[in-house]
Amino acid sequence: MSDKTIICRCEDLTIEEIRAWIDAGYGSFEEIKRMSRIGMGACQGRTCRQHLLRELAWASGQSPADLELPTFRPPIKQISFGAIKGVKEDE
Amino acid sequence: MNKSADAVVIGGGSIGCAIAYNLAKLGFKDVVVLEKGYICRGSTGRCAAGIRQQWGTEMNCLLSRLSIRHFEVMNEMLEYNGDVEFKQNGYLMVTYSEDEAEMLKNNLVLHKKLGIPVQFLTVEDVREIVPALNTERVIASTICMEDGQANPFKVTDAYMQAAKASGVQFHTYTEVTGLKMKDNRITTVVTDRGEISTPNVVNAAGPYAKFISRMIGHDLPVEPERHQIVVTEPLEPFFQPLVMNFHHSTYCQQVANGSVLTGYGDPKESKGVNYSCSWKFLKELADKVLDQFPVMRNANIIRHWAGHYGISPDGQPVLGKVPGVEGYFLAQGCGKGFMLSPAIGELVAQCVAGKETTIPIDILSVERFEKGELIVEPAVV
Repeated sequence: MSDKTIICRCEDLTIEEIRAWIDAGYGSFEEIKRMSRIGMGACQGRTCRQHLLRELAWASGQSPADLELPTFRPPIKQISFGAIKGVKEDE
Repeated sequence: MNKSADAVVIGGGSIGCAIAYNLAKLGFKDVVVLEKGYICRGSTGRCAAGIRQQWGTEMNCLLSRLSIRHFEVMNEMLEYNGDVEFKQNGYLMVTYSEDEAEMLKNNLVLHKKLGIPVQFLTVEDVREIVPALNTERVIASTICMEDGQANPFKVTDAYMQAAKASGVQFHTYTEVTGLKMKDNRITTVVTDRGEISTPNVVNAAGPYAKFISRMIGHDLPVEPERHQIVVTEPLEPFFQPLVMNFHHSTYCQQVANGSVLTGYGDPKESKGVNYSCSWKFLKELADKVLDQFPVMRNANIIRHWAGHYGISPDGQPVLGKVPGVEGYFLAQGCGKGFMLSPAIGELVAQCVAGKETTIPIDILSVERFEKGELIVEPAVV
């Protein structure tokens, strides 16, 4: 994996950028998320979550299982305002 | 952790960080910020990021006017190695009723007096400014193009970095569990990681502020009111100003990356800290959003969360000293904490330092509730 490998596809973040946040002292998933927007895009962290956890684990010497995860929030899958209101696509 | 400090700030949100920065600037040597989670975990990180001056009381207007001046130069002022993303896209206030139209007109008189550039708009103007907005029921509308938005995470980080550069210590994951007093003077802050002796404590704990006050038997009538917000996937830019609708009690804005943020709080809900998200809210929000923006029918919601307004009995901040408790200071933004944080940071720090404040804030003392001298803010959503 090169330093330019994109690990958050929604927000176009490379592994290099994420390591820079960790090096700058942002030591938790929540903090890095708020500064870099990792995991805040359309997929809500489905791909990048594991990558960031692994990076944090390496940096801190902890096991990924011991790291704090950001909160999983609704909706589990994207849903449109129209769908919630019960409006059909062609209405 | 420090055993003693000149001042301890409770709360690592935008207000706490701004106060810490200002205290250091005023010459306080040992300043400590205590945060029970991570920085921005509370209301700052959950807010809708809007910044406005269109209020209905002189005090709220003055505080927000001072804040806007700070936001305008914040990157330079704090020598921030980043961008707080302050954008003056305007705030569009919309009402469907004659009573609220009257309120907007009354507010205009105040804004004119204070030099806040607010314009009254015709329905045609509104259509031109936000073509996507359904104006069928709009009766009156105002806009202030100095109002806008900023990135709450970055603003808080900017204050924190500037504070750290001046020697302020930040302790995250450190919860305040008690306060000690002697002869009506604050002496010690007790945390789950030890005690800090200090002559000055600032309560910037947002929705938890009343629980901190309770530790010294002080009754702070600021109640946490849950607000819920959703964010959509990024959309093509289609409107500039934040749209505040008094009929629906909603705020709705398109942020830098194209996502639309929109939400509201239900004032009838019982008060308390509650971070859960409800389906009832989503159902009602869909109605409210589609009435205003029919074009958002197919816009996908990607995330839904909850945060709190601290609701004071009159909708105005609670700032400054507490009578009878030397060394204890309040810093409650009351539903506008993020947008007022630059002003509150400056004013409360001046108060702690015993200096004259940039704006007189005596009328925002918590004493007003006991004396019955409320100053009610009408333009709240």
